[in-house]
Amino acid sequence: MAIPISYNVRNLKLRKGLTIMTALGIALTVTTAIFLMALLAGLKRAFVSSGNPLNVLVLRKGSEAELSGGFDASLYPTLTSLPGIAKDSHGQPMTSGEWVVVIVLPRKDGTGEVNVTVRGMMPDGLELRPTAKLIEGRWFQPGQREVVVSKSIRDRFSHANIGDTMEFGKGKWQVVGVFDAGGSAYESEVWGDVNQMATDFDRQGGFSSAYLRATDPIAADALKNRVSDDQRLKLEGVLETDYYAKQTSSGAPIKVIGIVVGVIMAIGSSFAAMNTMYAAVAYRGREIATLRVIGFSRPSILTSFVFESLLIALLGAAAGILLMLPFNGMQTGTSNAVTFSEVVFSLQITWGVALAAVAFALIMGLVGGFAPAWHAARQNILSALRS
Amino acid sequence: MTLSSFIVRNAFRNKRRSMLTMLSISFSLLLLTLMICIWRSFYVDQVAPEAARRVIIRDRVSLAFFLPAYYRDKIRAVPGVVAVAPITWFGGRYLDDRPEHFFAQLATDPDEYLKVASDKIVPPDQLKAWQQDRTGALVDVTLANKYHWKIGDHITLQGTIFAVNPELTIRAIYHRDPPQNGLYFHTKYLEEALPWFKGQAGWYSAQIDSADNVGPASKQIDDMFRNSPLQTKTESEKAFQLGFVASLGNVKAFILGICGAVAFAIMLVSANTMAMSVRSRTREVAVLKTLGFTRRRVLSIFVSEAIALALAGGIVGVLVAIPVIAGLTHSFIGFGIPLDMHVKAPTAALSLLVSLLLGLVSGCLPAYNASRMNIVDGLRHIG
Repeated sequence: MAIPISYNVRNLKLRKGLTIMTALGIALTVTTAIFLMALLAGLKRAFVSSGNPLNVLVLRKGSEAELSGGFDASLYPTLTSLPGIAKDSHGQPMTSGEWVVVIVLPRKDGTGEVNVTVRGMMPDGLELRPTAKLIEGRWFQPGQREVVVSKSIRDRFSHANIGDTMEFGKGKWQVVGVFDAGGSAYESEVWGDVNQMATDFDRQGGFSSAYLRATDPIAADALKNRVSDDQRLKLEGVLETDYYAKQTSSGAPIKVIGIVVGVIMAIGSSFAAMNTMYAAVAYRGREIATLRVIGFSRPSILTSFVFESLLIALLGAAAGILLMLPFNGMQTGTSNAVTFSEVVFSLQITWGVALAAVAFALIMGLVGGFAPAWHAARQNILSALRS
Repeated sequence: MTLSSFIVRNAFRNKRRSMLTMLSISFSLLLLTLMICIWRSFYVDQVAPEAARRVIIRDRVSLAFFLPAYYRDKIRAVPGVVAVAPITWFGGRYLDDRPEHFFAQLATDPDEYLKVASDKIVPPDQLKAWQQDRTGALVDVTLANKYHWKIGDHITLQGTIFAVNPELTIRAIYHRDPPQNGLYFHTKYLEEALPWFKGQAGWYSAQIDSADNVGPASKQIDDMFRNSPLQTKTESEKAFQLGFVASLGNVKAFILGICGAVAFAIMLVSANTMAMSVRSRTREVAVLKTLGFTRRRVLSIFVSEAIALALAGGIVGVLVAIPVIAGLTHSFIGFGIPLDMHVKAPTAALSLLVSLLLGLVSGCLPAYNASRMNIVDGLRHIG
C-alpha cells in the first residue's frame, strides 16, 4: 500500500525552514540553468526565424558566409533570368544583389567595440524581407548616402538615432529610419543602398551575395540546385533558412559553459538535498518504524521518501522559473561564429526551457533523495522504535 | 579538551552530514574558483613583457578588410619598431566543420614572423626547413599531438574565406606557454594560389623595442595612415584579444552573476547544515549553558563550527579546481578564446576567504538562535 502524498506535504510544512532553504538551493541551480538555456533558445530563435523559405541565397562556391563570398557582378543578370523567380511589385524578377561588410561600432554602455554587419541591397531587398517592418522614419533612398538601422542597433549603439550620422567607409551616412526585424538575425544589421556601399568600400563590380525569391517551395529547391549545378557560374545556392540554421553553432561557447556550470552546480545541490533528506529520515526514525509496524512495506516507504525529495525539487524548480521570468525577453548579444559580427537576440524562456528546468530539478531531487530513502526503508524496526 | 578541538570535533561529529555539506560547498567553490580564474585571465593578469611590446595593426573599420602590403615597410620605418610580420586569418576547415576541429590557421611571412612572436620556441633547424619550404607549416605542439602530426606529414586545409585548399607539409613545431593551437603557413602560398590576394595582408603584428615606446609608436603608425585610403587601428595584442572576448557579450556581468548564485548557494547549504546541527543539539546547548558558558561563548562556538565546515569544503574545492581548471584551459582554446588559467595563490586565497566569510554569515542566525535558547526548555527538549 502506498503512503498518501499528504503525509509528505505535511512533513515538508512541519520543517518549513529546512524545506525552503533546500528548495532555494535547488532554485538557484535551476535559475542558472534556465538562464543559459534561455540564451541558447533565444539565439536559436534569432537564427531559425531569420530567412524566408522561398528565398535562395547565392554565394561563391566554397564560401560559407556572405562576408567571405564575393563574385563578379557580370554573373548577376544570368541569375535574375533563371526560371522560377517570383515577380516583384513592378513586375520585375524579385532579386537583390547585395554587398555585406562588417564595421566596428562602440557599445553605448562602454563595454567595448562590436562588429556590426552592414548590408547594401537593391530596392527589392526590402521586398525580399517582409518580416522587417519600418517602425520610425523612412527606408533609405537608392543613390543616397542613407542607412536604416535595426531597433536593437539603435538601442545598443551611440549615434544610431534618426538624424544622426554614422561614419564608416569613406564618409558619413545619415540614419533615416529604424526597422524591427522581429528577433531575427537581421535585428543586428544596418541597411543601405548597395551601389553606395560598394563604392565606399572599393568593391564596385562585385556582390558578396545575391537573393532570389522563388515562386513556391518546389521552385525554391529547383532554383537552388540550378544555381549550384551551373558550371559557368561557379556559385552555390542555399535556402536562406538553411543558411541561418547553420549559424546557431555560434552558441557553442555558451553551451559548453552552460554544461560545465550546470553540472557542477547540480552536483552541489544534490549533496545539499541529500543532507536535508538524511536529516528528515534521522529525525523521523521512530515514525518510519511505526509506519512499518502498521504494515507499510519497504518499497512504499522508499517511494514515499523519494517522493518527498522530488516535491522539494519541484518547489525549487517553480521558484527558479518564477525568479527568471522577469528576464524573459531581455536583449543581449554575442559574436556570430560565421560572420564574426554581433548577433542580437533575447532571452527566451520557452515551454521547452521550463520543462527542461523541471526535469533538471527532478534529477537533483532523485539523486539527493534516493540514498536517504533507501536508508529509511532498510531501518531496523525494533531499534528504531526504541531510539 | 581545548575550545578549538571541541569546535572541530563537533563540526565533524555527524560524519555523513559534514561530508555532504563539505562536498556540496566544495563543488560550489570549484565553480567560484573557475570563474575567478577566467576573470583574472581576461582582466587582471599582465601579459609577459615580450607580449606587452607587441602591437597589432589592423584596418580601422573592420578586420574583414585587408591592408596593403606596402604598409609593412612604412610601419617598419617608424622609430621603435623592431620587426613587422603580416598575418592573414585563413579560417579554413580541417577534416570537417565540427567545432572540435576548429583551430587558428594563419598565413604569415616565415622570415620575420618569429622575430615578432618571440614567445614561440622553434628548434633552429626546423625553422630553417619551414622558411625554405613554401608549402611548409608551423604548428603548435599540442595541436600536433592532438592530430598525431609529425615533421614531414602532409595535411590539407579546406578554404572557406579563400577559394583554395592548401596542401601543407608540417615542417616545424613550436612550444609556447600557454599553448595556443595555431597553424602558420606561407603567405606566399596564398598569393600564388589566389592572384587577387597578392599585395595584401589581414593585419600586421609588430614588435616594439621597449614598453615605453609602444604608445608613441602606435600613435605614430595610426597618424601616418590617417589620410590613406585604409586607416589603421593599432592596439596591444591583449587589447586585440579582449576585443574578441567583448564580442561574446557582457562577459563581466555573466561571470559576476554566476559567482553571485554560487555564493548564495554556499550560504544556503551551510546555514541549512548549521540549523540542523543546532536543532539536534538543543539539549547539549542547554547543558553547556548550565555549566556556565555565556551566550557569547555559545554563539562563537556555533559560528566557528560553520566556518570550520565551510573552510574545509573550500579547501577541497580549491584542491579539486587545480587539475580541473588545467584541463579546461585546453578545451576553451578550441573556441579560439585565449585563456591562460592556473589556480594561482591569490586566486586560491580569495576563494578560501569567500568560503570563510560565507561560513561566518551563514552560521550567524542558527548560532544566534542557539545562544538565545531558554535553558529549561532546552533541557526538557526531546530530540
